[in-house]
Amino acid sequence: MPQFDPAVWSPQLVWMAITFIALYLLMAKVALPRVGEVLEEREQRISLSLRRAEDLKHSAEEAVAEYERTIADVRAQALEEVRAAREQAAAEAAARHEELNARLASELSAAEERIHQARSAAVAGLRDVAVIVAAAAVERLVGQKADPGAVAAAVDTSLGEQSR
Amino acid sequence: MANPLHQFEVHTIVPIQIGGIDASFTNSSLFMTIAVVVVTGFLVFSVQSRALVPGRLQSVAELAYEFVAGMLRTNVGNEGRPYFPFIFSLFFFILMGNMLGMVPYGFTFTSHLAVTLGMAVVIFLGTTIIAFAKHGAGFFGFFLPHGTPWYVAPLLVPIEILSYFFRPVSLGLRLFANMTAGHTLLKVFAGFAAGFVGSLGILGIFPALVPMVATIALTGLEFLIAFLQAYVYAVLACIYLNDALHMH
Repeated sequence: MPQFDPAVWSPQLVWMAITFIALYLLMAKVALPRVGEVLEEREQRISLSLRRAEDLKHSAEEAVAEYERTIADVRAQALEEVRAAREQAAAEAAARHEELNARLASELSAAEERIHQARSAAVAGLRDVAVIVAAAAVERLVGQKADPGAVAAAVDTSLGEQSR
Repeated sequence: MANPLHQFEVHTIVPIQIGGIDASFTNSSLFMTIAVVVVTGFLVFSVQSRALVPGRLQSVAELAYEFVAGMLRTNVGNEGRPYFPFIFSLFFFILMGNMLGMVPYGFTFTSHLAVTLGMAVVIFLGTTIIAFAKHGAGFFGFFLPHGTPWYVAPLLVPIEILSYFFRPVSLGLRLFANMTAGHTLLKVFAGFAAGFVGSLGILGIFPALVPMVATIALTGLEFLIAFLQAYVYAVLACIYLNDALHMH
């Protein structure tokens, strides 16, 4: 086996040392720092982007909160306005109702007054007729003219008894 | 049939002698250099655009980085960070060695004991020095785990010391044996296929199909082993490093 030939050992060991040291220096000083830099750069970019995304998320959440607060405010305001309008309408309605009631009551009392008057007039007319009828009846029964004053008094007395 | 061990032969390309030591540039050296150039070139080129959303090549480079970083983090923890370039270089040096060996006419320098054992010894010495630097004489407590009854100590301590010193041997041998055996096996099966055609002519194609299919299957397996052994080597280096930094 060529591997066990001592003659090939020393050149291989010498060149292994040379090439390995060269590789080590190239890796340590040139290649690995470059790769490492690229990786680190990317890591930084990613963490930076993540941080920015976090910030944006925060501001978005703030905007949502602000929006919700505004919505709530506006809603409360609207409810307040609706309530006020409703109250005003109710007050107006009550006032109109009262007015109407008053008018109706006055009209009712006026009508009652009129009815009363008409009834009084009717009752008065009835008395006159009753007096005439009573006088006529007395004249026919008695055959002579009755005293109108007495007839009227008798009718009045009778009516007073009736209406009692 | 071609010698299946021929692929492991080392040829001198440029003979160099430094102070009586043979430091010739060989085909092994060539592939080590290729590995260094490929790894460095790939990493530098792929992240050149520094894209925020990585393309395919950049994804591979980032994946490689994260893979080794994750390996180091799970096995050693945060104290392992300074050793990241070393573990990364180790993993990709071996991975490239194994993978370049899968290229036809390639040379697998990780199939040479000199290389695998050499790296293992460096790791062994390095972790031992780190352990001494960090724990001083307390390092010797490593050989007597906490809560061991005193009467087992005479038995346990030699075993622990022996197993500690066997670490580089097993580390180096494992990679060497896996690579050598796998590549030899591939070559043997491929050699069968070629042999059938060579001896039986055109009719040899039919019996050659069997070793051919085996070669294809083994090639897939070899790619898996090439990755796995590089991973095992790097993970064990991490574990030794963890022992050195944290003791048990």
